[in-house]
Amino acid sequence: MKPTIALTINGIQRSVETELGETLLEVLRREGMKSVKLGCDTGDCGACAVLLDGSAVNSCMVLAVAADGKDVDTVEGLEHDGHLHPMQQAMVDAGAVQCGFCTPGILVSGIDLLSHNPDPTEDEVKEALGGNLCRCTGYVKQVDAILATARLQAGETDA
Amino acid sequence: MPDRTLPRFEVVGHSETKVDAYALVTGKPVFVEDSDIAGSLHIAFLTSPHPHARIVEIDTSRAEALPGVVLILTHENTPTRRYTTAGQGYPEPSPYDARMFDSRVRFVGDRVAAVAAETLEIARAAVRLIDVRYEMLPAVLSIDAALAVGAPVIHDEDDATGIHDAARNTVSVVKVDVGDIEAGFAGSATVVETVCETQYAQHAPIEPHVVQGYLDNDGRLVLVSSTQVPFHARRIVSMVLDLPLYRVRVIKPRIGGGFGVKQEILLEDVVGLVTMRTGRPSLAVLSRPEEFYASRTRHPMRVRVKLGAGDDGVLHSVDMEVISNTGAYGSHALTVMSNVGSKTLPLYNKAPNVRFDGKTVYTNMPVGGAYRGYGATQGYFALETAMDELAGELGMDPVELRRRNHIQVGETSPIFEAIGEGKAGVEQTVKSCELEQCIDIGAERIGWDAKRGARRRDGSWAHGVGMSIHMQGSGIADVDMAAATIKMNDDGSFNLLIGATDLGTGSDTILGQIAAEVLGVPLVKIVVYSSDTDMTPFDTGAYASSTTYVSGNAVRLAAEQVRDQILEVASAMLDEEAASLRIGSERVTVATGESVTLEDVGLRALYATDQVQIGATASYVGAESPPPFLASFAEVAVDTETGQVKIIEYVAVADCGVPINPAAAEGQVEGAVANGIGYALTEEMLISDHGRVRNPTFFDYKIPAAPDLPRIQAILVDSYEPTGPMGAKSIAEIGINAPMPTIANAIYDAVGVRLRTTPFTPERVLDALEGIQQNG
Repeated sequence: MKPTIALTINGIQRSVETELGETLLEVLRREGMKSVKLGCDTGDCGACAVLLDGSAVNSCMVLAVAADGKDVDTVEGLEHDGHLHPMQQAMVDAGAVQCGFCTPGILVSGIDLLSHNPDPTEDEVKEALGGNLCRCTGYVKQVDAILATARLQAGETDA
Repeated sequence: MPDRTLPRFEVVGHSETKVDAYALVTGKPVFVEDSDIAGSLHIAFLTSPHPHARIVEIDTSRAEALPGVVLILTHENTPTRRYTTAGQGYPEPSPYDARMFDSRVRFVGDRVAAVAAETLEIARAAVRLIDVRYEMLPAVLSIDAALAVGAPVIHDEDDATGIHDAARNTVSVVKVDVGDIEAGFAGSATVVETVCETQYAQHAPIEPHVVQGYLDNDGRLVLVSSTQVPFHARRIVSMVLDLPLYRVRVIKPRIGGGFGVKQEILLEDVVGLVTMRTGRPSLAVLSRPEEFYASRTRHPMRVRVKLGAGDDGVLHSVDMEVISNTGAYGSHALTVMSNVGSKTLPLYNKAPNVRFDGKTVYTNMPVGGAYRGYGATQGYFALETAMDELAGELGMDPVELRRRNHIQVGETSPIFEAIGEGKAGVEQTVKSCELEQCIDIGAERIGWDAKRGARRRDGSWAHGVGMSIHMQGSGIADVDMAAATIKMNDDGSFNLLIGATDLGTGSDTILGQIAAEVLGVPLVKIVVYSSDTDMTPFDTGAYASSTTYVSGNAVRLAAEQVRDQILEVASAMLDEEAASLRIGSERVTVATGESVTLEDVGLRALYATDQVQIGATASYVGAESPPPFLASFAEVAVDTETGQVKIIEYVAVADCGVPINPAAAEGQVEGAVANGIGYALTEEMLISDHGRVRNPTFFDYKIPAAPDLPRIQAILVDSYEPTGPMGAKSIAEIGINAPMPTIANAIYDAVGVRLRTTPFTPERVLDALEGIQQNG
């Protein structure tokens, strides 16, 4: 019998039928959350990172049934009232997006970091991105964008 | 910098927001696998577990019986025409030595069968039910084994073409001899010789190869592909499947990185055949392990460089010998090997005597292909290691040695003409070169004068600095062709249609900026669309650092024609001669100040008077390939107890002419350097005695993550390339060539050992250090 699980995806409750052994990644993509990317299927690249009850996880490493009853947040839910999340805007402004395939996972890790460390050092940002592989950027502008977001959220002006 | 005034630009030279940034940062479904096509079949592959074998029998009956299996392809029911998977200009300089499926397998990972099924799980389960009986053949698992007398012959089939000497496993040979190399050495005060061996490495785009196929309502085959070469993909699929070219359409949506590995036609043929045979949509995605062992790699090479110089350091002779391992198929075999010399030797044009002796061999190992840097990467490791050794022998500062030998504006090299891509090259004179500036800035940033030779110690950590210099190219002269179409809309906006293939580089944005600059509009008024063989004009594709220069010039030419058409319409509206009109700020203006808006022009042209679609298509082929230049400096720390190498600081200073979009250009250098640092320190495909890739995952094949890297400092110097669009040259590849020699030279400065086998893992560094202690 196929298990049915309850997921709150980006604030909307859904009842989702899953296949046995299916991962959260597969369920989320089938539910239309295409920002969640399959890069390795072994938990090494972070392209599938989502917030599960507020903490970043690699959704390819989470069985869908293990997420039953939990909150899942993906990049699809970041925009509000037509405005980008400040970290999305910072990524755009810093020129941190090249191919963009790893970008959703980087955003998830960055948001997870600032949620418990609102004023990180550059090294702490790099450490927080340690599970997200990007082959395009060298991480320079992504780190800058997360630091800029932290400053903005602290109410400072960057100017 | 030479005395001159650089042109002022409105849109070019500014870090405009990427045209696709919004879609990407919000996770919109813009990649191949993001479109759920109803009823799509899923394709899985059976690959060879043996490095060299003949398929005696293949029994698919158990697999076919599995519910949900729709089609199984093997060598017994697929086209047999030989071709090359390399997406290159036609006719390709790579041999036609591959088949869709062959009765002979030549490496662990070679394609044996494909299963199309209702789900991926069923397809994978069916793969395991295919029974294959192999007759083992002796395998060739190294360069030396390939060249040994009596070595097993890997391509003895009689229908392969374009192989130099198949009986000797030799795919291609290039020999160039300028001046008198031996006389040059005889007349040299100092001669050094070094042999470097580089490893198997993989591109590792985070998005693997993926192709979605379907039939359109007229029954034409549509392939949505993560490709760098949509037009080559269309041509090759048409040839292999024997379909008329006009029955095939290839669409490139957003691409999750390529770095050369998506210049290869690896899935399009199979997806195309499944969809044609079944009439159903089909999807194939390489798994991460398949991406490593079954797609393409950077050719491993052995490169020997011998240099002779006078007491003043000026080179008399440069001798380079290359043996490249292309693995089981000759994809890019000739051209990557040629580039080892053609992209490196002109840099040191002071040497009157130059010899290049290159050879590519087959082995029963993973297949080489195009990889960012394209041979220059392997060549510069050996050349710049040898230059550092020469500086040591001469007792000269390595920076000074480079200054005395590198090419300058107004100079040429016989190598430009001697080595091309499968044919003679093109003579050219360097018209922009700010290498001196690059060296000055880099040396200052790293603190060269204070740190070189200082041998600073910090506990067990020994610090050192190293440097290297580089050139690349901007497209393949006289081969790469790009076209662009621009049409004007009734609101004064424009559609820019380009075959150029943005694979994450930002080329859609910078090509839009070039059009916007010429047409006097902000970038937002240029709607950029790439690339679709039905909708956009031809472009050879995104490789060889061609897009900014070759496609950029095509866009510039198209925009200039459109601008002239606009001025003609405005001339009638303003009753002024077109020659006296100026376009800018979305208006056409007369010297008196009177003006019309582009919207006025668009509305009149489309709806009112002398109605006409304002628009143009222009093409460009580079008459030359102006090289970007780069000076690279690094400070490293070497743990003398563990052999670990840490990069403390990395500075890369580049001359790419006018950077069309500085943030994007910096991003290219930063990313290329990061990739090059991985290649230098950690990335190595480990091949077993049986020819199997032992580490085909991101857990075991270590590409750099953020904590592994210093803050890479990418600096762009002021420069202007007169033949480039708005003064630009290309920039995407050059940065990847720099880390390996720069780091090797820095390790030497730190601990006095030369590492000539890559990558510089703790084991290799420690072995080298212990070698010194034993010898010392």
